[in-house]
Amino acid sequence: MVGLSAEAAVANHGAGPAYDEPPVIEVRDLSIAYGGKRALGNVTLDIHRHEIFGIIGPANSGKTSFLRALNRMDAFNSAMEVEGSICINGKNVNDWRNEYALRRRIGVVFPLPAGLPLTVYENVAFSPRLRGIRKKAELDEVVERCLRRAALWDEVKGRLDSLGSLLSGGQQQRLTIARALSQEPELLLLDEFSIAVDPVTTMRIEDVLKELRSELTIVLVTNLVQQARRLADRTAFFLMGELVEIGDTEDLFAGEVKDERTTGYIEGRFG
Amino acid sequence: MFAATRLNRRSYRNQSVARAVFCLMTVALVIPVLLIVGTLVVKGGPAISWEFLFTPPRDNMTAGGILPALVGTVWLVVVALLASVPLGIAAALYLSEYAPDNLLTRTINLAIINLAGVPSIVHALFGVGAFVLFFRFGASILAASLTLAIMTLPVVIVATRESLQAVPQAFREACLNMGATRWQTIRKVVLPNSVSGILTGVILEVSRTAGETAPIMFTGATAFVAFLPESVFDQTMAMSYHLYYTATQATDVPEELTFGVALVLIGMVLLMNAVSIGFRVYLRGLKKW
Repeated sequence: MVGLSAEAAVANHGAGPAYDEPPVIEVRDLSIAYGGKRALGNVTLDIHRHEIFGIIGPANSGKTSFLRALNRMDAFNSAMEVEGSICINGKNVNDWRNEYALRRRIGVVFPLPAGLPLTVYENVAFSPRLRGIRKKAELDEVVERCLRRAALWDEVKGRLDSLGSLLSGGQQQRLTIARALSQEPELLLLDEFSIAVDPVTTMRIEDVLKELRSELTIVLVTNLVQQARRLADRTAFFLMGELVEIGDTEDLFAGEVKDERTTGYIEGRFG
Repeated sequence: MFAATRLNRRSYRNQSVARAVFCLMTVALVIPVLLIVGTLVVKGGPAISWEFLFTPPRDNMTAGGILPALVGTVWLVVVALLASVPLGIAAALYLSEYAPDNLLTRTINLAIINLAGVPSIVHALFGVGAFVLFFRFGASILAASLTLAIMTLPVVIVATRESLQAVPQAFREACLNMGATRWQTIRKVVLPNSVSGILTGVILEVSRTAGETAPIMFTGATAFVAFLPESVFDQTMAMSYHLYYTATQATDVPEELTFGVALVLIGMVLLMNAVSIGFRVYLRGLKKW
């Protein structure tokens, strides 16, 4: 896994998804079950570098399970059974001898802000410390950079030593985004990040995500159909554990669908 | 329109009755405690003095102080804690954070709960068999403390496990998702947030260890030694055993002396509880959520 250099990132800015390169994530025949009860079946899809890949669908469609399979969180849940293959940068996620190293390259943001019971500073410095960064100056630099990129720095720079849980809901969610960025991830998984966030903050975070696209790959699970429309390059529609349809977001919203259920969901007729 | 119906009035009356009954029960529970402490203070209070606390007994226990017993109890408690706290916390960590939820784990959990229900005299006999005879520790502080440790292990395990499980799952998830290993998660997030609960378990254990008589009777406690213990292989006097001895075995012991021993013992336990509560309040203040 090769991280992108700063120049490459700049060169790529605004260039959009790299569809000509081999995909970053290749999912083949992925099925997920919990204790024999199927949550997701036969998903095959590719996700490309610098792409924001949207996943929409009602509750219980298997969206979150899909994300959990990507960073091997099934390892912590004995009831979760994953079949099929997931390759990230050509390497099967099950072939990582050290699955922790894999997770360090993947940032995750949850529906509700999951701040650690630490200060603002420590929340963001947590992952760099796991990577072995000890020097205060270096940590300071990472913390400031990540908070800036999450559009939070100006609001919290005066109180880095207060508890993360004392921030407002929207700030806490941006803190978790900053924390995810502090992992220097190649892949950012967002699970309905805007549920607990007001519309204005949501827009700010969405702007951040659009900028981040030039540096990494984003998988965006969302309940808000319009959010997928605003952000995603391509969108997949999951329904009751089935990948119904996958296509260019523009096309899907323009009504160019293969399956009537997609239009039905997008237009709010069910779900 | 807002007139009370018959049903309204009846539920209001029921509510008053329930409240009165529960209040009465609580008072009934407090009375014995007050009586015990009151009796001890009235009858044993006059015996308490610096001399009582800091000299050994004299004249066949009928005079003098309790120093060797006091020191012996501290020895027993400390050695028992050294054995049971690391073991108990390690076991609780495994059961709570690592063990898969399967038949074996459930059996172990059940066994621990059952271990808590074993009468202390049975533990005493086990201690004699295992530590005094098999391991050849003889009747000693070590044998007595290990017996106490085994007896109180379930308390530590259950209290620790419960305080570990009180740490929100979301913290673990967030941490693991960042690529932390289970151990890093435990060390940096789970343990710091469960210390106060673990401490409660330890303190409960201390109180119980200090007060138990049966487990140490045959394993290391002795009615009288003139000197203070110097190593874990010495026999020792202990507060609980001293109380039992002066109350039932020795003759012509002045009443106030026996009550004085009981008062000091209860005072020790209450003091330790008070310290722990203070410490817990302090730790709770540090808690980050």
